[in-house]
Amino acid sequence: MGNSPVLLTVDQVSLNFGRVQALSHVSCDVREGEILAIIGPNGAGKTSLLNCISNFYKPTKGRILFEGRDLTKTKPSQIAGLGIARTFQNIALYTGLSTLDNLMAARHIHMKSGMLACLAYWGFAHREDLRHREVVEEIIDFLEMEAIRKTVVGALPHGLRKRVELGRALALEPKLLLLDEPMTGMNQEEKEDMARFILDAHELRGVTLVLIEHDMGLVMDIADRVIVLDFGRKIAEGTPEEIRTNPEVINAYLGQEHI
Amino acid sequence: MTILRPAGEFDESYAYDMATIRRPWQWAALGLLLLALYTLPLYGSQSMVSLVNRIAISIIAVQGLNLLTGYTGQISLGQAAFMTVGGYISALLMIHLNWSFLLTLPAAALGAGLVGLIFGLPSLRVKGFYLAMSTLAAQFIIPWFTRNAFRDALNGAQGINVPVPVIFGIEFNTPQRYLYLTITILIITTIVASNAARSRLGRAFVSVRDNDLAAELLGINPFKYKLQAFFLAAVYAGVAGSLMAHHLRHINSETFNLTDSVLLLGMLILGGLGTNLGPFLGAAAVELLIELATLAGPFVSTYFPAAAGGVQALRPLFFGFTLMLFLIFEPRGLAHRWQLIKASWRLRPFAR
Ligand SMILES: Nc1ncnc2c1ncn2[C@@H]1O[C@H](COP(=O)(O)OP(=O)(O)OP(=O)(O)O)[C@@H](O)[C@H]1O
Ligand SMILES: [Mg+2]
Repeated sequence: MGNSPVLLTVDQVSLNFGRVQALSHVSCDVREGEILAIIGPNGAGKTSLLNCISNFYKPTKGRILFEGRDLTKTKPSQIAGLGIARTFQNIALYTGLSTLDNLMAARHIHMKSGMLACLAYWGFAHREDLRHREVVEEIIDFLEMEAIRKTVVGALPHGLRKRVELGRALALEPKLLLLDEPMTGMNQEEKEDMARFILDAHELRGVTLVLIEHDMGLVMDIADRVIVLDFGRKIAEGTPEEIRTNPEVINAYLGQEHI
Repeated sequence: MTILRPAGEFDESYAYDMATIRRPWQWAALGLLLLALYTLPLYGSQSMVSLVNRIAISIIAVQGLNLLTGYTGQISLGQAAFMTVGGYISALLMIHLNWSFLLTLPAAALGAGLVGLIFGLPSLRVKGFYLAMSTLAAQFIIPWFTRNAFRDALNGAQGINVPVPVIFGIEFNTPQRYLYLTITILIITTIVASNAARSRLGRAFVSVRDNDLAAELLGINPFKYKLQAFFLAAVYAGVAGSLMAHHLRHINSETFNLTDSVLLLGMLILGGLGTNLGPFLGAAAVELLIELATLAGPFVSTYFPAAAGGVQALRPLFFGFTLMLFLIFEPRGLAHRWQLIKASWRLRPFAR
């Protein structure tokens, strides 16, 4: 793992909101095929870092390179096309669409039917829909969502919505998947299911993962590497074992929880 | 080993799953409905046929609005203005260039669509209420234009007389004959609208409506799809406007006015935003309500002469009140109620 090629480089990224320094000079690499966890106390800047990578926020300073391309100079709607997908801390599904259509909507960039083809539908657009439906059904099976295939997402409970959102991100077939607290608000059983899905997605689909998670036990179990943010600064980076024993981390983060 | 299955089987089952109309009884019901509509001129009264014409044309205008407001979530108060554009284009092309209706109709659709596109441009910057205000601008600019520009051709506030459409030698000069035209075009617009809704295009529309930020990160350019929705909505308005102009045989700046734009939006909300059925139910319900209020007029003036003037004045109130009650008790529209009824029917005999 240690010597696989670098997929994403965060280079000296700073982000200010007025006087709030959400990120200051954060640098890190994401290597192909790894699971990188970002941890840190509330307000540490974890979501902000993800938002910068997915071009939701523009860094005040610094560069973010994905396969050599500077993401800070890319339009938000082109990020998906490069192979980056994400989920949101507060879930951002299309609540009026069914599970199936949420996933189908994520196939958008892989489909070609233009306005006229869609209006005529029979022929090209229909065949294209059928082809992509197969890809999407595979993901629905994989995430065990058959029972909610036709359910409008707005009517689903929190845990299932999180799962649909993972499905939607996977339907993009990304190289890099950014997960912002994929397990918050779940009960233990749901968490274990989710962890299994994430690990399977990583293994079977070969997707590189960056994951923000508060559950330390879980992070230690599944992450290859961990970076720790505190007040917008990166205070540590290493294997879960190194992080667990890092005095600064214990001081800033773990200690706080255990005291 | 896994079981070998013919490759086509999957396609067929997904195709079946995706079809809008699936059951034989649905096809039968549709066939009967179309039969009833196409034979209506044989047994329906003149006023009934006229009413059905009006309903059909309103449905087309609301279908367009549904693509924009229902599916894409962009509120528009300009739909009637784009009907004006369509009506004028169709009439002028027929008067001056002698084009057949088969050509003036698509030209009206395209022309209105392009004008709609222009008024959709503010959606790059503004949303919601502010966008509604900027579409309202269309409702003032376009009628003003027809009153004041090119007076030779547009004849100012008087407006112009619109010729009777002639297709393959058949003159569509009575409501009865016109009905064949409106129903046929309604069938086409319905198929096209439902295709838009179920395809990649419709999913992009709803993505923009439900979460434009997430849509953007999933590779959907919100502005592009807002513009396409504005274009399509105006195309539909253009078709409806052209149909109505040739039906009324006259058009001026007030033929389609702000009240109509609001009414069309009311129809959509009443029928159900973002459903294929909504425009049908909403347009029919509102047109019937208006008809009812009109019919009640003479009745009231016969028996309560004193109240006669009042009834006419109370018509908008009557409509407004119905809409309000409706929003309170069935905010998701008639189409939703219909779904519930259908679901309970499916569950019989278990449903209470
Ligand atoms: N859009 C914004 N406008 C202003 N300030 C913001 C914005 N987004 C984040 N911040 C601030 O930036 C800092 C980092 O926030 P961020 O959401 O990245 O933290 P986090 O590590 O994800 O926290 P949590 O664990 O609570 O999700 C916080 O102080 C927050 O208030
Ligand atoms: Mg966060």
